[in-house]
Amino acid sequence: MPDAAVVRRPARVRTLWLLVAVAVLAAVMIASVAFGSRSVAWSDVWAALGGADGTLEQAAAAKRIPRTVLAVLVGGALGLAGAVMQGVTRNPLADPGVLGVNMGASLAVVVAVAFFGLTSATGYIWTAMLGAAVSAVFVHTVGSLGRGGATPLKLALAGAATSAAFASLVTAVILPRNDVTGSFKLWQIGGVGGASFDRIGQVLPFLAVGFVICLLSARALNSLALGDELAAGLGERVAVVRATAALGSVILCGASTAIAGPIGFVGLVVPHACRLLIGVDHRWLLPFSALLGGSLLTAADVIGRVVARPAEVDVGIVTALIGAPFFIYIVRRQKVRAL
Amino acid sequence: MSAPVVTRPPAGEAASPTVPAVRRGRVRRASRRRLVVLTLAVLVAAGFVVSLMFGQTTYPFDDVVRVVFGERVPGASFTVGRLRLPRAVLAVVAGFSFGLAGVTFQTMLRNPLASPDVIGISSGASAAAAIAIVTLSLGETAVSVLAIAAGLGVALLVYGLAFKDGVVGTRLILIGIGIAAMLDSVIQYVMSQAAEWDFQEAMRWLTGSLNGTTWEQVLPAAVALAVLSPVLLTQSRNLSALQLGEDTAAALGVRVERTRITVIVAAVGLIAFATSACGPIAFVAFLSGPIAARIVGPGTSLLVPAGLVGSLLVLVADFTGQYALGTRFPVGVVTGVLGAPYLVYLIIRTNRAGGSL
Amino acid sequence: MTTTHSLAAEHLTLGYGDRTVIDSLDLAVPPGRVTAIVGANACGKSTLLRSMSRLLAPRAGRVVLDGKEVHRLPAKELARTLGLLPQAPIAPEGITVADLVGRGRHPHQSVFTRWKDEDDEAVAAALDATDTAALADRAVDELSGGQRQRVWIAMALAQQTDLLLLDEPTTYLDASHQVEVLDLLTDLNRSRGTTVVMVLHDLNLAARYADHLIALAGGRLHAAGTPDEVLTEDTVRTVFGLDSRVIEDPVSGKPLMLPIGRHHVRRPDDARSAAG
Repeated sequence: MPDAAVVRRPARVRTLWLLVAVAVLAAVMIASVAFGSRSVAWSDVWAALGGADGTLEQAAAAKRIPRTVLAVLVGGALGLAGAVMQGVTRNPLADPGVLGVNMGASLAVVVAVAFFGLTSATGYIWTAMLGAAVSAVFVHTVGSLGRGGATPLKLALAGAATSAAFASLVTAVILPRNDVTGSFKLWQIGGVGGASFDRIGQVLPFLAVGFVICLLSARALNSLALGDELAAGLGERVAVVRATAALGSVILCGASTAIAGPIGFVGLVVPHACRLLIGVDHRWLLPFSALLGGSLLTAADVIGRVVARPAEVDVGIVTALIGAPFFIYIVRRQKVRAL
Repeated sequence: MSAPVVTRPPAGEAASPTVPAVRRGRVRRASRRRLVVLTLAVLVAAGFVVSLMFGQTTYPFDDVVRVVFGERVPGASFTVGRLRLPRAVLAVVAGFSFGLAGVTFQTMLRNPLASPDVIGISSGASAAAAIAIVTLSLGETAVSVLAIAAGLGVALLVYGLAFKDGVVGTRLILIGIGIAAMLDSVIQYVMSQAAEWDFQEAMRWLTGSLNGTTWEQVLPAAVALAVLSPVLLTQSRNLSALQLGEDTAAALGVRVERTRITVIVAAVGLIAFATSACGPIAFVAFLSGPIAARIVGPGTSLLVPAGLVGSLLVLVADFTGQYALGTRFPVGVVTGVLGAPYLVYLIIRTNRAGGSL
Repeated sequence: MTTTHSLAAEHLTLGYGDRTVIDSLDLAVPPGRVTAIVGANACGKSTLLRSMSRLLAPRAGRVVLDGKEVHRLPAKELARTLGLLPQAPIAPEGITVADLVGRGRHPHQSVFTRWKDEDDEAVAAALDATDTAALADRAVDELSGGQRQRVWIAMALAQQTDLLLLDEPTTYLDASHQVEVLDLLTDLNRSRGTTVVMVLHDLNLAARYADHLIALAGGRLHAAGTPDEVLTEDTVRTVFGLDSRVIEDPVSGKPLMLPIGRHHVRRPDDARSAAG
């Protein structure tokens, strides 16, 4: 008989890590308000957090508040979506960026803006989600054809190919339209710089729905991790569960992309890091991924703001620079057969 | 060495009917290849002439010929001689370089996906060129040197990272994809930091463009092609042997490591010089080999046909991008839109067949 | 017959990384005969074969062909005397049988030489010898396992070497194709005097088809000689850690090994005495 304390200890370790994660998130959020291209004194940061924007410094800090909130939300959404996708596909390389979902959302938005005169913010979000869903289904179908189902290699290749195709189409659509080029350029690289509470309010309902669906699918994902047959044997309705969880993650990706542009690698890196810390139980993994995703994206945004002062490095570029080496690390860890 | 062994079939069968049959089959395949190469060469020449003649203004054939041979023709001398000619020459040179280097990598690594533009080598050369030109404002030679160094560096890095009890193709490709993603974001950053965001310039380094080609850009790429393509062509037989696996190739008397290093350096050189002139024209390196294989049929060397296919692709895509679509698109956008679906198709086809990717 | 070549290993030590696989091994391959190398999994059979064909440089010692060190010979010169068929050669997609067999001509060609009549003749002879002439224009991908293995052997034959090394030429083949391939190799040996060295998994097939058996155990030579000398109950125990009975093969008169496991043994006393 294993000692009850031994069984319970991981839970205590997890709780500890959870507290650490919350503390990190809080610290990163404060840093995000405090640091930027303009140096702001701590007293002004506190004043801005309290709602003051009387001086130039306070106004600058106050402007960073919605940006911080957006980074936390988008990062959390992407981290959670990545964890769910990796669970649904049982594929360590699943990530909204790797799977081409972000580019799908971009293409849909660009086409809608250019050809259908789309202007409303809600329209943006719905279109982005549609694009994300279509490309997710497409990439997964292409990647799972043939022997062995959706292996990491096939999925990653299908995703890279689809992303490249969509990127070319996006360029082809926006190139003749000089007016959209400028604003689109910012959006395409991926950024949270232009955040306002108005815009956040528009995506918030979608993000909320996505968060709830994803978090509720934790138990089902635990069963799915054992393989489809065994999950069915445990009484799980595999197809339904999988579709629901995938829908949740697509909503999160679509909404994030609609407001912040395509941001890669957060959904890849975060769940893997979380698994190292707290194990593979999705009931812990999912909320943890959301927390850490928020911290990572906010931190990436802060880094982007301070490394090249007075210029800013877009957060999508920072996450790619952090994420790609991690991607390579994961590939190297895999056994050849598993690729 | 001892005298060659007599390898007649066992006594009793003096002249085997197999000999003429084998010869017929070989001659048939060889003549098909010759025909394909000739047709492709004619098409490239035709595409070259067409892109010199047609455009906003059309010049008659003999005007174009006179300009090409150095005569002064009012009007045509500037438009054809200064604008269209370097552009068309670079299209042919860069297309051939990408096609040749691409098929070399694909053959050596025995995987159609292992082309330099999928595994990050083109992105490396492009990032270096972008930094050298946009950030450091260097001249043509320095740009080429940096691009080739970066291309080789990335090739080495991808190979080194993929090394773990030997190099496995799938791991190499995945790691290459990761490196490419990182380098593309570096290019985006460099572009966003440029004094003013020049979209055309950015497109050149992200997808490739022939806009504003000058002779100063064409020359290094042309010289590189003239020097490096013979190197690759002499390795053609060794590459064919390598297709059977490293052990078999070595058993057939191929110095595997020496061949591999020669081929990588030459192919990366081609990619880097062409990229520093016109950016990594999307998917040309990837597409040319499989297209050439389709036309020529399996079993013969694809190096020259793939180079010609590359030239033709770039010529046609550039002409289409400039005049056929209403807006002027850089050539890389056209090849990207054409190439990416083909990549998806290739994945689907390979997956269906259950083959190894 | 043909010229005979001597191939031998002298104090040969081989390894990968920091693992030593073969330790100071001496052996000689009898010229003009069929030799089979047997041993347990991971005992260094394939490693030895790869080193004998220059694919793996020795840590110490040397492989000697006709008095010259193999790893010092020019690659193509060696490839005209000694051919190797690896365990899993790769056929390029869509390649025809004739083209694949033609690749075996590589060591006889150089960058600037054109395809010659003697190349066609060598390919035709290889196709005839392996009974694959009818398949010449078919794609290799479409063939059955047995046909494919014959085509690979044809490629090695087109190389026109007097020595032929094969790494497990019968793996992945069913019983009838195994026999077919081994019969073919025996034909080659008898009609042309080609020296054949192969790694074989199946002890009984090795004993039946080889003139000379080499048994490796733990990176060292355990026994070498005729099948009668080598395939004994003692050898099987040392090399494979397996109890067995060795009887006379009623078909060939060569030794035949019957394994003794824990179950399905008719007379326990007998089995124990055999294991004794």
